This record gives sequence, C-alpha cells and structure tokens, in this order.
Amino acid sequence: MADITTAIPATPVPPREIRAARLQAVVRYTLLTVVGLIMLYPLIWLIGASFKTNSEIFGSIGFLPREPTLEGYVKGWQTSTPYTFGRFFWNTFLIILPKTIFTAISCALVAYGFARFEFPFKRVLFATLIATLLLPNVVTRIPQYILFRDMGWLDSYLPLWVPSAFAGDAFFVFMLVQFLRAIPRDMEEAARVDGANSLQTLVYIVVPMLVPALISVMLFQFMWTMNDFLGPLIYLSSVDKFPVSLALKLSIDTTEAFDWNRILSMSVLALLPALVVFFMAQKYFIEGISAGGVKG
Amino acid sequence: MARLQIRNLEKTYGNSFKAVHGINLDVRDGEFMVLVGPSGCAKSTTLRMIAGLESITGGQVMIGDTVVNRLQPGKRGIAMVFQNYALYPHMKVRRNLSFGLRLQRASRSEIERRTAEVARILEIEPLLDRLPKELSGGQAQRVALGRALIKEPKVFLFDEPLSNLDAKLRASMRVRITELHRRLKDEGMPSTVVYVTHDQTEAMTMGDRICVMKDGRIMQVADPKTLYDRPANAFVAGFIGSPEMNLIEGRLEGSTFRVGDQSLTLPAELMDRLRGWSGAARLGIRPQHLRLNAGPGLRGRVAGAEFMGHEVVLHLDVAGTRMVAVLPAADYAALDRGAEVTLSPEPGCAHVFDGADENVSLPVLN
Ligand SMILES: Nc1ncnc2c1ncn2[C@@H]1O[C@H](COP(=O)(O)OP(=O)(O)O)[C@@H](O)[C@H]1O
Ligand SMILES: [Mg+2]
Repeated sequence: MADITTAIPATPVPPREIRAARLQAVVRYTLLTVVGLIMLYPLIWLIGASFKTNSEIFGSIGFLPREPTLEGYVKGWQTSTPYTFGRFFWNTFLIILPKTIFTAISCALVAYGFARFEFPFKRVLFATLIATLLLPNVVTRIPQYILFRDMGWLDSYLPLWVPSAFAGDAFFVFMLVQFLRAIPRDMEEAARVDGANSLQTLVYIVVPMLVPALISVMLFQFMWTMNDFLGPLIYLSSVDKFPVSLALKLSIDTTEAFDWNRILSMSVLALLPALVVFFMAQKYFIEGISAGGVKG
Repeated sequence: MARLQIRNLEKTYGNSFKAVHGINLDVRDGEFMVLVGPSGCAKSTTLRMIAGLESITGGQVMIGDTVVNRLQPGKRGIAMVFQNYALYPHMKVRRNLSFGLRLQRASRSEIERRTAEVARILEIEPLLDRLPKELSGGQAQRVALGRALIKEPKVFLFDEPLSNLDAKLRASMRVRITELHRRLKDEGMPSTVVYVTHDQTEAMTMGDRICVMKDGRIMQVADPKTLYDRPANAFVAGFIGSPEMNLIEGRLEGSTFRVGDQSLTLPAELMDRLRGWSGAARLGIRPQHLRLNAGPGLRGRVAGAEFMGHEVVLHLDVAGTRMVAVLPAADYAALDRGAEVTLSPEPGCAHVFDGADENVSLPVLN
C-alpha cells in the first residue's frame, strides 16, 4: 500500500518500437517533402529559368541554368517602352498604398458598426453585404465601368482604389466583424465609462485589439492588388500608368520575338514584394487574437 | 461623493424580456450598497443602467441632483470595475490607469500626481510598466480598482469584481476594498458605492446596507444585521445566512404550530410579534438558532451529523421534511444515525411566513 509508486516499474520502451517510430517519421517526412517540392517546382523553375539564356529555357525541364546570366533582368528592367520597370513598380505602389490604407480604415469602421451597434435594418443591411460576397465580380464590371466613365475617372487610378475606400470589399468587412464578435465588449465599455466616445473607443481600444486582423486584411489586399490584372486592364490605357501586372503582359505584346527570360525575370521581381511583405507580417498573422487576450 | 436615487427603474430588453420591474432604491452619500441576489436576477442590468451602458426603458436614475438617464457613461461621474477586469490589453498599467484622465485632457503633472497616488494606495507601483497580460488575477483586479479610483468619481460601481479570484484572494480583496472605502471616508473623501455580487458572504461582510433582489424586483433593503435578524420574506430568509434557514411547512393555530402529527407551542415572545395571526404558514428558524433536547421542540430522526471540530451540522428528518441545525461540538455524542432527538428554537429567533412568503412575525417598529 505505502509504496504504490515503486510498484509500477518504469518499463523501458523496446528498441523495436523505437525503430518503428523512427521509420514512420522518416517515411512521413519524405512524403511531405516530395509533395511539397512538386507543388513548389513551378516556382523553383521560374527562379532558375530567369537566369537562363533565352534559348535554354525550353531546352530542359531542369531548373539549374547551365550558363547563368543576368541578361533577362537587365533587359527586362529596361523594357521595350520608354519607361523602366521601376516606373511600373512605382505605379503599382501608387495603387496599393491608398487601397490598403483606405481598406483598413473603411472596413474597420463598417465592421465596428455592424459588430457593436444596433440600428434600423441592420440585419437586412448585413445580409446584403454578405450577398455581395456571393455575387460574381463580372456582373458589376460593366455598370461600374460606365459609372466611372461618366465620372471621368477612366485612365486614372481612382476606379482601382476608391471603391475600397468605402468598404467595398465585403469579404474584409465580414472577416473583421467575425473577429470583433470574438472580442469581449468589456474593454470598450470600460472605455466608455472612462469618457471615450464611439470614435475614440474605436481608435484607442478597438483598433489596437484588431491589429492582427487588420494586418491580415492589408496583406490580402496587398497581394490581391499586386496580382490584379483585369482591373488595370479595363481602366488604364496609357502605358505610363501601367502597374506591374499589366507591364508583364506588355512585354509579351510588343516584342517581336518573345524574350521569355525577360518576362520570367520580371515575374520573379514582381513576386518579391508580396513575399517580403508576407514574411515581415507573418508574426502578426500568427499572433492573432491571443495578443489582445483577456484573462478570466 | 453623491447620493444615488433610483425611481421606478424598468428594463425591457430588445427581445421584449422584462428584466427589471420598476425598482426604487436610495443609496446615501458615502454609503456602501451591495446588490445581491441569485444569478439572473438583473443585478448587472440594474448596475449597467446606472452606468449608462444599458438604455433605461422606464423610470429615472439620479446621481447627486442630476437625472442622468440621457447622459453618456463618461459624463455621469461614475467609475466601474468589471468582473473580467477589462483592462486595455495593449496599454501598460500606467496608461490603463490614466486613460480616462488623458481623454479629459488633464495636465501631465496632474496625471502623474494622481497615478502615483493611486499606485501607492493600491500598492501597484512595481506594476506600472507592465502589460495586463503580465499580471496575476489579483494584481489585475487592483489595477482595475485603481482605474476607477483615479477618476475620483461620484459613484463607484462594481460588478462581481472578485468572482474570478480564488477563495483566499477573494477574502483578502474583500477586506482591502472595505478598508479602502473606510479609509477614503476617514480622509474626507467618502465614496458612494454600488457593489453587485451573488455571494451573500460578500454582501454581509462588505455592505453598509444590502439590497436583496429576485427576478428583477427588490426583496428587501436593509443593513446586514436587520437582514439577518428580520428578513422581510421567505426569500431573503433563505438567501441570507448559511446554512440556509429552515422553513418548515405547517399550520399556525393559536399559539400552536402543527407539523404533521407534531405540535410545537410557540414562545410568548413570537406570539407577541404575530399579533394573533393564524393560518397555513412556514416556520423559519436558522440552523444556528436550534438547541438539542432542550425542552419542547420538534422531534425527528438523525439522518446524518457532520463533525466540523468546533461544531456539528445535524441533518434531521422531521415529519417528512429535512431540518438542519448547527450545534456545539459537544452534542456530537448524542447524534447517532437514526437516533430520535428534539430541536427547539432559541427564543427571539423564529419567524413565521405566510402563504405569500411574507414575514408576518416582524416586530412593530415605532
Ligand atoms: N442583452 C440581453 N438581452 C436579453 N436578455 C438579457 C440581456 N442581458 C441580460 N438578459 C436577461 O436579463 C436577466 C438579468 O440578467 P443580468 O442582469 O445579467 O443578471 P445578474 O447580473 O443578476 O446575473 C437574465 O434573465 C438575462 O437572461
Ligand atoms: Mg451579472
């Protein structure tokens, strides 16, 4: 009775089981690595091919260039237009900057309204918002185009970011509303007792707690805008206003013989900002709500 | 530092559920008022209407001489401490404390002076540069207290501030809060407090007066002693005190109380209080007010006896109902299971409740 602890001997795990477990791990990781590589291969190939000569690109399926060259990058950067690729990056930046910033601001405002206030027709309005999520994009393209044409906004960046400044991206609003619903209201009530009005509560209390979600929103918006091809294609006609996504296509259009290595090089460059931003923001991405956690 | 008056206060929620049924309550200047009642009796709702966090659907709330019904919470001169502390997670303790003052655009020196003072009173100086997530529950609660204190409000509102703490910490925080209240009074800054809890021990030990609520109605408002000695109805009688008061169903005829086939002659003192009342009734006697085998009383069979060292808790079957008595430890020897014993009420401590649960044996106050 007294020495119940000693009665249970520490049975050593038989070596056979250890070996089996190890083998299992090896198999599992090999499988994962192989599948991962297969999925990543196009990207790896893209990076490798961007250093190949034009003739080699279609020569082999391998990704290691035989005679690595920077020619694709140098020539691709210069482009066949009067502008360098730097100009196009700058243009993309000019679209992305207002778009991500205003998306964050407007979506936070609207989500705060839906998540925290009672007002007439709230349910109907929220249902409408969700309904626009399900609406195919193409449906609104033409009416939107006509609208912006009549406003004289064609060939400017306004049609590309102004809708986002009015919380036009229902998905982000929805995402933030869900996030807010999970945050207890106590802190906001404490702020109101402390004398904050609704806007001060939003700015000083809600937004700091929303930061992880807002970063996700901005990240998504950044990547989607970076990749958006159709929008700029429809609204922009002057080459000097083209963003990267259009400019990549441009080099295919205008050069007599396609210089694939230039296109691939510029594609690699076009990928970089998104990658860099993603890795920088990853921490917040993962941190999630735990950062604003409440005990109890 | 103001009195709080509540007049016919009502709350109907959006789903047309009526949570508060026209309550009236006066909290005096500098008084510590405890709202107590079982979970769901609308204590929080009432408190939140005082705070302005919940809209008032009927009646009035007055702080000082102002009707505050339409004022924003920040303009009512109140401070509130929440159950979950509700500290701002992204601000250091220092900024948590001074958030309200900064919103009011108080001067820097003023903010620093008051932060330092509150930190000193609550002994949270070493915590000033920490984030809320780096605090223990007790520390977080003290910071939450500090955030209320720093505003020097007219009325302090507490919503179950201790229920997230473990028992030991709860007991010490209880004392700390009462002491703080007393100390502020001594220093010439009396603070009016409305303190919500579901824990009757907290209510009894902290309140100058206690307001017992049930289902959105006030059952009784009185100081702890009155509440204990002269409960206005069976609900208060059962809610206050531990173990619960025995409520024995029976019939009162003349000076005899009949339970099953037993009859108990009530003491003359109780008959005076009853002033000739008779009918179907419940006899209420606290477990602490029963004596073992001491003359006429109610007979029953011992169902169990819990020996606690300094006392014994006796469970007795009396004519089909269960009675509980708290007896001196010396009585333990006589309490074999199944033994037949008699319990008699101590004089002056029994109550009689009528069919509507009202206490019909309250002494006439003059
Ligand atoms: N927002 C609300 N909508 C509808 N009913 C509510 C709401 N909040 C509370 N209630 C109801 O009101 C009653 C009182 O709630 P509450 O004041 O929180 O009780 P307590 O704090 O005494 O436990 C409960 O029955 C509760 O279900
Ligand atoms: Mg409550």
